[in-house]
Amino acid sequence: MSAVSALILPVLAAVGLMLVNGVVLIYMLRKVLGHLHLRLGPTHVGPKGIVQTTADVLKLLSKEDVRPNGADRWMYVLGPVIVFVPSLMAYAAIPFSETLRITRLDTGLLYTFAVLSLVPLGVIMAGWASANKYSLIGALRAAAQQVAYEVPLLLSVLPVVMIAGSLDLGEIVAFQTGVWMGVVPRWFVLLMVPSFVIFMIAALCELNQTPFDMSEAESELVAGFATEYSSMKFGLIFLSEFSNSFVISALAVTLFFGGWTLPFVPESILAPIAPIVFVAKTYAGIFVFMWIRGTLPRVRIDHLMNLGWKWLIPASLVWIMLVGVVMKLAAPGGVG
Amino acid sequence: MSETVNGVVFVILAFASIGGAVGMLTTRNIIHAAFWLLEVMVAVGGLYLLLSAEFLAVVQILVYAGAISVLMLFAIMLTLRCREDSVCPVEISIGGGVLSAVFGTVMYVAVARYGDRIAEMPASVPDTAALGELLFTKWALPFEVASLVLLVALVGAVWWSREED
Repeated sequence: MSAVSALILPVLAAVGLMLVNGVVLIYMLRKVLGHLHLRLGPTHVGPKGIVQTTADVLKLLSKEDVRPNGADRWMYVLGPVIVFVPSLMAYAAIPFSETLRITRLDTGLLYTFAVLSLVPLGVIMAGWASANKYSLIGALRAAAQQVAYEVPLLLSVLPVVMIAGSLDLGEIVAFQTGVWMGVVPRWFVLLMVPSFVIFMIAALCELNQTPFDMSEAESELVAGFATEYSSMKFGLIFLSEFSNSFVISALAVTLFFGGWTLPFVPESILAPIAPIVFVAKTYAGIFVFMWIRGTLPRVRIDHLMNLGWKWLIPASLVWIMLVGVVMKLAAPGGVG
Repeated sequence: MSETVNGVVFVILAFASIGGAVGMLTTRNIIHAAFWLLEVMVAVGGLYLLLSAEFLAVVQILVYAGAISVLMLFAIMLTLRCREDSVCPVEISIGGGVLSAVFGTVMYVAVARYGDRIAEMPASVPDTAALGELLFTKWALPFEVASLVLLVALVGAVWWSREED
């Protein structure tokens, strides 16, 4: 394998994963939300409606690409691209197993958050360029949400980084292998409950998922920032949204649920099925996101801002301090 | 091989950052200007990455591109009264010309006199943990002073916005 193909293959694999993930998640969303609402979801195309999404993707690809007259031409085209590219970049540091990952980064966790923080810029661009007030309101809400919730999201993972002693996602997983006292898996979710709760709330907000989907609230803003987009531009925005669900869920699995490892399973059995374990855990996480989405009503924007600034940030700061003090006391040669 | 690749990437990033700055200054649309500035920030992050300063690059993207530019766009969109307000005609002012001339002269003199004092690049780059260690031991005081300055700015902003009501 030449150097160039060694560089390009992982990127192509990430694109492939993103496309497949999009198709799978649309079907999963329809089925899960359907059953949560006591409906059936798609049933007609293929057994249990399984080919419905494929048909929809083909329909989307063959649709006419409409551009509103007043739209800001270049920004209108660039918007979906800027939404899509960071989502793709976010796969770079995620460890699917000990060896299966695009690249090993010393700052993997920070990198993933950094590229994901670029997505809202595409949303703002798309919302502004559409020259539609619904789009613009959606974009502004996305911006406000982003600024408010990135802080607790980053602060919530700090205690995990402090204890694992690394920003490398692989090392964080390695720290979580094995069990305590023979029965309890060494997962951070058991050690760091406040971190996990704050992470989940902030992650739902970053994903623009119900109950925090004010930026595209269908009942008030048509489709928010995506209102004026059609055809594959709309497709890109949606693909990126589903891909972000996958990435955030994968991060949650890596940080709090032991990544590709399983407790009580020896390394020799685990090694070949590690990526499958990882993806299964990730989809379980996505299922929980959908469950929340099907259960809770949308929050009002001012409530959301209050929750972020006045509760989550102070709470995560206090938690970081507590963890720091405990670590210092427990450390060999510490004060205690 | 690697040298050429680095060179090509450097040229692309250099043109991207300077071109973005030119684009920002010449556009008449304030929203476009904000996005050009964002492009400059990302390109500068790329330059850091090229220098193997991985942590700095990631923080540059996270803080400047991901947070500060969002904040700027948010402020711009909130303060524009209507969509047409975003485009302004060219205004030539003498004060601005004088200021930029002074700044240009100072920068030119600085680069001409001290440009050769660039320190030798270290053979290996310290990892994130080493950087943190340095920041909180050797450079703890400047670090704290910087955070104090930001805190003062924050308090000032709150005071300023309270005065009106």
